[in-house]
Amino acid sequence: MVARAATTADAFNAVAEPRRRAILDLLARGELPVNDLAAGLGVGQPMVSKHLRVLRQVGLVEVRGDGRQRIYRLNSRSLKPIHDWVAAYEQSWTQRFDRLDTVLAELTDEENGDGR
Amino acid sequence: MTGIGTAEVTLPSSTQILITREFDAPRHLVYRAWTTPELIKRWWGGDRGEVTSVEVDLRVGGGWRYAMTAHAGFEVAFHGQYLELVDGERIVSTEVFEPMPDHPAVSTLVLTGTGQRTTITLLVEHTSAADRDMHLRSGMEGGMQESLDHLEQVARSLT
Repeated sequence: MVARAATTADAFNAVAEPRRRAILDLLARGELPVNDLAAGLGVGQPMVSKHLRVLRQVGLVEVRGDGRQRIYRLNSRSLKPIHDWVAAYEQSWTQRFDRLDTVLAELTDEENGDGR
Repeated sequence: MTGIGTAEVTLPSSTQILITREFDAPRHLVYRAWTTPELIKRWWGGDRGEVTSVEVDLRVGGGWRYAMTAHAGFEVAFHGQYLELVDGERIVSTEVFEPMPDHPAVSTLVLTGTGQRTTITLLVEHTSAADRDMHLRSGMEGGMQESLDHLEQVARSLT
């Protein structure tokens, strides 16, 4: 395991920050302008803009202009690497548990005394 | 003897990992397989390597340490301390990945079920979202390493 550099240049670092996770949660329900995000989080607009900038840099959030407003939306495809991590982690536990099944089958047989 | 299913991994919060799996064995045997060194050696490495050492001091305040040599050649070791032990039901312990001693997690194993069926839930709680993500990513890197190893074996067999 290699320690990650302390940058915000990848999606994982970007989502490590709790407020940015909260922004993604809000956007998961639908696109929103920055003032609605600020209201939803109970923080100031400059703070939200700062986090949105990071999220846009790593492609987690996209923006479109709608008249004078800028509307933000989640780009769920960029969360795929995180899903891949979970899938790989799940696979390594599945392999462990497959072996544990074998151990348990033997213990069960021993206990039942049928020596299968 | 075949598995009842794949391990199910979910992320209940930004600092947690929850692993769930059902087994075709009574609770006391799952507990025994989880706490007996010679049995842990047989399953804990999964397909990733050979478990080289398992130490278990099964009492509250007692320590544990598992080490393995991954097929890729590197050593991987974890250790921790038991915080809570309920025979056949529950194990709470700290968990430290040895290269990163300042990032301990707390894991809670709960066994439920009656008769021949046991469901386990293993909740791993980190102190920060970044630690949790690092833990998750270790599975990815291990998995990729395995894939590369397999690829190498295939490549060798072709020459």
